[in-house]
Amino acid sequence: MRRRTRERSADGEPQDLPGISTTGRRAGTFCLVLIVALAAQATRVQVFQKKALDHNSANQRLTIERYSQPRGNIMVAGEPITGSAPTGGKYAYERTYTAGPTYAAVTGYSSQTYGNTQLEGIYDDLLSGTDPRLASWAVWDEVARRQQPGGDVYTTIDKAAQQAAIKGLGGQQGAVAAIEPATGRILALASTPSYDPGTFAGSSAADQQAWDRLQADTNQPMLNRALRQTYPPGSTFKVVTAAAALASGVVTDVDAPTGAPYPYVMPGTTTPLNNDTSACNEPNQSLEAAMVNSCNSVMGYLGVQVGLERMVSTAEGFGFNDARLDVPVRAARSNFDTSMNQSQVALSSIGQYDTAATPLVMAMVAAGVANNGRVMHPQLVDRLAKSDGTSVQVMHPATYRQALSPSVAGQVQQLMVDVVQNGTGRNARIAGATVGGKTGTAQHGVDNSGVPYAWFISWAKPAGSNDVPPVAVAVVIADSDATDVTGGGLAAPIARSVMQAVLGG
Amino acid sequence: MANSPATVRAGVPARRPVRTRRNTELALVLAAVLIAVFGYIEVGVNTDGTVPPDTAWYGAALGALALVAHGVVRWRAPYADPLPLPIAVLLNGIGLVVIYRLDLATPGSSAAPTQLLWSTLGVALFIAVVVLLRDHRVLRRYAYIGALVALVLLILPIFFPPVYGSRIWIQLGPLSFQPGELAKILLAVFFAEYLAVRRDALALTGRRIRRFQLPHGRVLGPVLLIWAAFVGVLVLETDLGTSLLFFGLFVIMLYVATARSGWIAIGLFLAAVAAVGVGRFSPHVHSRVTDWLDPLGSIAAGQGPNQIAQSLFAFAWGGLLGTGLGLGHSILIGFAAKSDFILATIGEELGLVGLVSVLMLYALLVSRGFRTGIALRDPFGRLLAIGLASIVGLQVFVVAGGVLDLIPLTGMALPFVAQGGSSVVTNWIIVALLVRMSDSARRPAPEVPAQAVPEGS
Repeated sequence: MRRRTRERSADGEPQDLPGISTTGRRAGTFCLVLIVALAAQATRVQVFQKKALDHNSANQRLTIERYSQPRGNIMVAGEPITGSAPTGGKYAYERTYTAGPTYAAVTGYSSQTYGNTQLEGIYDDLLSGTDPRLASWAVWDEVARRQQPGGDVYTTIDKAAQQAAIKGLGGQQGAVAAIEPATGRILALASTPSYDPGTFAGSSAADQQAWDRLQADTNQPMLNRALRQTYPPGSTFKVVTAAAALASGVVTDVDAPTGAPYPYVMPGTTTPLNNDTSACNEPNQSLEAAMVNSCNSVMGYLGVQVGLERMVSTAEGFGFNDARLDVPVRAARSNFDTSMNQSQVALSSIGQYDTAATPLVMAMVAAGVANNGRVMHPQLVDRLAKSDGTSVQVMHPATYRQALSPSVAGQVQQLMVDVVQNGTGRNARIAGATVGGKTGTAQHGVDNSGVPYAWFISWAKPAGSNDVPPVAVAVVIADSDATDVTGGGLAAPIARSVMQAVLGG
Repeated sequence: MANSPATVRAGVPARRPVRTRRNTELALVLAAVLIAVFGYIEVGVNTDGTVPPDTAWYGAALGALALVAHGVVRWRAPYADPLPLPIAVLLNGIGLVVIYRLDLATPGSSAAPTQLLWSTLGVALFIAVVVLLRDHRVLRRYAYIGALVALVLLILPIFFPPVYGSRIWIQLGPLSFQPGELAKILLAVFFAEYLAVRRDALALTGRRIRRFQLPHGRVLGPVLLIWAAFVGVLVLETDLGTSLLFFGLFVIMLYVATARSGWIAIGLFLAAVAAVGVGRFSPHVHSRVTDWLDPLGSIAAGQGPNQIAQSLFAFAWGGLLGTGLGLGHSILIGFAAKSDFILATIGEELGLVGLVSVLMLYALLVSRGFRTGIALRDPFGRLLAIGLASIVGLQVFVVAGGVLDLIPLTGMALPFVAQGGSSVVTNWIIVALLVRMSDSARRPAPEVPAQAVPEGS
């Protein structure tokens, strides 16, 4: 009231009107309310909508930030197989690869345009520097917005083995997976035809063209055949069947007659199970002879004797039917049907029908046998480290499954040694080494019209050694120009060179 | 000046010694210059790891401008409010730093030196106003001619080619000038004079319709006509920001003068009608309303982020504390990053904290303007100070509200901060007028009470 009185006298206002002091104060308050509304809206955007806006697909900031510093590296034998090159563009650095095609199946790719896959994808946070484990003072770094240098991924890959695998595969369509049986460490992982992930790492038109070319290539160079593609394993699967037969007691002596008839007409059908060599064409052969000559009739018969259930559990012990086999890159599910009639079991026991396996799982079969029946979880990464080399996480070997008893495993080992010494696997022999192996030539396609898949799985150790073999390997050649496509002819020499690389190192 | 008991007993309020606060102003001005120089250094260190080589030169230039301006205030307006000048120096300094920072991200374009040149001109005009204009009431004489000049200035750009869809620029060789900026002051002077003279007639005469009193046509008519002419020209030029500003300025000053809140209701009604009309018939405006309502809509439509979306991305990326000067990516916003959208860079690199600080600087400047208006005794001066303060407040709201997606984007310069010569110059003149008027408001009355009219000169 006092104010109004004073106002009137000062401004000479009429009785019923507030003076300029009052209206001016109101107008001033209005202007300040406008500015407070701005502050409120700013708070809404900068605090409450921050996350959604930062992660909006059209917002380039996260992408710019992630490429603002060199990416951490993927390491093989302590040396980087990746790198980062300054671009001079909006994205300051792009990925480079020292030997892109050789390691593409290991690294995957890191592209500014097409994202990250495999190790590049799984450890993207670590490599790009956003993994909180890289920060020494996480809270302070967050406040100061300090970006951590990218961490490094140390792989288990053996450089010599990987190079031998790539060289051996050459221009053929195929894959190699090599494992250290005692630990499950993956020593080689190769897939051909390969590609250079460095060609589309950036965001230029050339990068896009390179990507489009790779996508359109009917040879599917970007398919990781070692991990992500399954093939009928053919006769290499007979190792599993033999193991199941011994483990179940269907066969107690590898040299004793098995009682397998010839010709073997599959139960419930009129179709005989044919053999590829005439050496198999007599009844009552031993398991040893059947393995050495890769006799379909005998192994199909034994599979049926073992029975579906035991066959399934043995196959699963080696990694079949596991849809979540992560190395940590996830492998495709290898298949052994769990519901079949007897003739289907017979076909599956020789690696046909619906049986399909990744090279990785077939390497696990060889490695499991070599490691006295204990299948180790395959592992591609040794440890994760900060840029200064200090470990963030160290991976330890882990048992996947005790698939066989040591005694059964020992018997299967001997069968595999016999295959290499006297049988179809002679091409894998290495002077001064004990090698066990199994060939496979798998029919596929409509009426088996496709070029057969040539398989070879094996393990090797220095002659006279009683230790677990240091290497087991699986090789598949999916499509070759060779006229004589057999596992022993095409795949065994590649396996041998990979094993030699490990033994020699 | 003595606070003797005798005067108290006589019923005359004891006059306290008036503190001029000039030293406060000096300290604040120096602090403002220092902050700007530190910002300049931060940009250099964050972008290429070194202190910019011309830091000393830049600091000296800004410091010299600020100190000369301060010296002139000390000399010619010793009782002036100590806050407007430091605030103007700080905002101008921040603007220069951010423009320099954006220059670094846009090769081949350097706006900071030009802006420094315009700032120098602005300070020169500040000095000229403070020195030459000894009493703000002199401006009353030029109110009408000023309005005419303003109208001519506004019409001129029609004869020049449009820039980004708006005909608001006068291009003379390399120089471009936005006459709407200067017209703001002339219009405020005109409104202040017209309303100061006619406020009683506007408020009290005329026919009464129910509770609302409609003034005589001959009183309201001329001002409505002039206002309509201004807004009409601006609509033709599609300068929505300035027309919104003129509209708001008119409504606020009318309300302050007459205390009739009915004017506000009518104003808002007219604004709504105009907004709907313009929004429907102008595709330029229509798209802006669409963007305002759904700033991320163009992304969903597969057309990529529009400018508002980019602006919001920038603000969000800054978060609470900002990325630090030079470390944001607000260059993604595009062509108006140094002018209309400069606030987005402040929000991104200084964060919510920095953004709100800048907003509070404006709030402080506006409130000091209103304070000056309320403290003055003459109606013209009161209305003028309030009008000028409203211009700053409204302009900040219109431009910041636009880039923050609070209101549709209209395109305006952020006072002192945005790139743009006419804007910087105009705002320095506004601050000069506020300094001049606050000097009048705070100057102690002469000792002899008999001569009651305090004349500035």
